[in-house]
Amino acid sequence: MIYFDNAATTWPKPPGVAEAVLNFVQHIGGSPGRSGHRLAVEANRVVYDTREALATLFGVADPLRIVFTANVTEALNLVLFGYLRPGDHVVTTSMEHNSVMRPLRYLQSLGVELTVVPCSSEGVLDAADVEKAIRPNTVLLAVNHASNAVGTIQPVADIGMIARQHGLLLLVDAAQTAGAYPIDMDQMHIDLLAFTGHKALFGPQGTGGLCLGERVELDRLRPLTRGGTGSQSELEEQPDFLPDKYESGTANGVGIAGLGAGVRFVLEQGIENIRQHEQMLTERLLAGLQDIPGVCVYGTRDARRQTACVSFNIKGIEPSDVALRLDEEYAILCRPGLHCAPAAHRTIGTYPRGTVRFGLSYFNSVEEVDAAIRAVRNIAMKKH
Amino acid sequence: MAETEYAVVLFYSTQGAIKAERALLRAGFAVKLIPTPRQLSSDCGTALRCAWADAEAVQAALEGAKVEYASIHKVTVNE
Repeated sequence: MIYFDNAATTWPKPPGVAEAVLNFVQHIGGSPGRSGHRLAVEANRVVYDTREALATLFGVADPLRIVFTANVTEALNLVLFGYLRPGDHVVTTSMEHNSVMRPLRYLQSLGVELTVVPCSSEGVLDAADVEKAIRPNTVLLAVNHASNAVGTIQPVADIGMIARQHGLLLLVDAAQTAGAYPIDMDQMHIDLLAFTGHKALFGPQGTGGLCLGERVELDRLRPLTRGGTGSQSELEEQPDFLPDKYESGTANGVGIAGLGAGVRFVLEQGIENIRQHEQMLTERLLAGLQDIPGVCVYGTRDARRQTACVSFNIKGIEPSDVALRLDEEYAILCRPGLHCAPAAHRTIGTYPRGTVRFGLSYFNSVEEVDAAIRAVRNIAMKKH
Repeated sequence: MAETEYAVVLFYSTQGAIKAERALLRAGFAVKLIPTPRQLSSDCGTALRCAWADAEAVQAALEGAKVEYASIHKVTVNE
């Protein structure tokens, strides 16, 4: 079996992830940050150590400025609903996933002004177009680091510079890049970094979070949920300090334990090595697919400018049929369709048909890429 | 029964207490996380305890490692 659906969720995970999950369930199991007995303290240590590993990976000076959420969607919603008020203007791009687009369309109906900056048919955002969209009431730029539909990497550092010059905050959706591509919040001038745990960070599903830069005014950013935090229990009001302000209810200790092992694996391997391997595989896959008559590959078609996520179509066959044949006849698992990103597919000209998406990971090999190219060639040539 | 003097450090967040524990263990201090003593606060969270003799050095180490804490108290325990 060849697993090419890593853009949705990575599999397999490094062995340490399952071990950390099992160890937490069997031997730790206390409620993180509650009670104060040895198992609760140990659970809280596990949560803190994961925060610390993430801080190292993303260049965050204080691990307590990282807030855990159930997924990147919740982290993005926290910022969009917590920060934007009616009358505010927000700039986003035509390559966004629905995790940004749907909250923004809803907020637009409540009086938030929205500009969606168009990207090229390869999915590339021009930073100058973002700057042109800024108005006197603009407060936030919300940008996808890399497209989940075609992998296109956006010039986030340039946009970060623009955000600084205009006194705005930059929110980056790093769902496709966290763990797969170098991210440094300071160097890239990112104020709010939303990440998922279960993709290239190799954590279990149900993990994710938000890194809060030093420029974010916590007074302005309202929590999405309020409740028990294990701190200031004498008060009926939500604490105003980090991370408690944005972390109510029992943490996903099991998931965060696994996430910690995943992030430590990324740190041990080195993000540059991971990127290099994935870029090499992507280059090979792009070349192989483009060599097949009747196959159309979307995006930049340049491995240096995209993640290991490759979208294509075969002339005359629907993406869903291609994916079904790949699964049934070749045991190659991928994702067809619109990938929860209708705006991105409109931008690259594949709406409403969608594409076949191969999402590769650090655990994929050259042999798997070559086998997948052969399979697509056979399907395109109508061979069985 | 001997009297032992401890320093008990309180934090805003229980994750802050872990951050402090990690920093102080790395700096070579002997510390223990305990439930926040009722006489110091109604908080249900976690506090950090060390020898009272280390209190000043611990305070300096926390400030050096940029670990925020709420307050530090002297507690005498009959052991």
